Amino acid sequence: MEFLHLLAGIFVSFGAFFLLIGSIGLIRLPDFFSRTHATGKADTLGVMLVIFGLVLTQGFSLNSVKLLIIIVFVFLTNPTATNALARAAYRFRLTPWFKNDKSKNKEK
Amino acid sequence: MTQYFIALSVVLTVIIFIPLYRVLTGPTLYDRLLGTGAVATKTMVLILIIGLVFNRLDMFIDITLAYAILNFIGTIAIAKYLETRGYKKK
Repeated sequence: MEFLHLLAGIFVSFGAFFLLIGSIGLIRLPDFFSRTHATGKADTLGVMLVIFGLVLTQGFSLNSVKLLIIIVFVFLTNPTATNALARAAYRFRLTPWFKNDKSKNKEK
Repeated sequence: MTQYFIALSVVLTVIIFIPLYRVLTGPTLYDRLLGTGAVATKTMVLILIIGLVFNRLDMFIDITLAYAILNFIGTIAIAKYLETRGYKKK
């Protein structure tokens, strides 16, 4: 039982690390289309790792099944919402950022 | 174990304040929407960890599921609305 709690702590710590990386990416990346990578992939992995750590603390019960359902839901919906926002921005002709472009992105 | 999860909830609260900067000073509207989505995703994890600290995880899981569904529906609705607006404008 103690071993499972230790493993849960390790998983939750890794998840919090990925959530921190996603937040820093949301601040530091130069463009909207590159910021979608930070919140679409790193945040999803962080949430999944934290909830899987909570599953390990619960054992085999109704709570762990519900938590697994939340994992599947987040895995399906978080990239979908990000993709919908990115497609709306692309249809709105938001100019992407290129490497030699010094100007900030602005709505055209 | 409870001490560790209380410390983790404090760390997550600090992490939630980082995308709030992008919400407040985003260059475009889409950056602000992305920041609100990131804040809502991290709030889900915070609700779950607070439920584990309070030993009422069965109640807080349902709250988290409803919160995740509301976040997803809201983001999809706003994105579809802005997409049609972009079509009409150009």
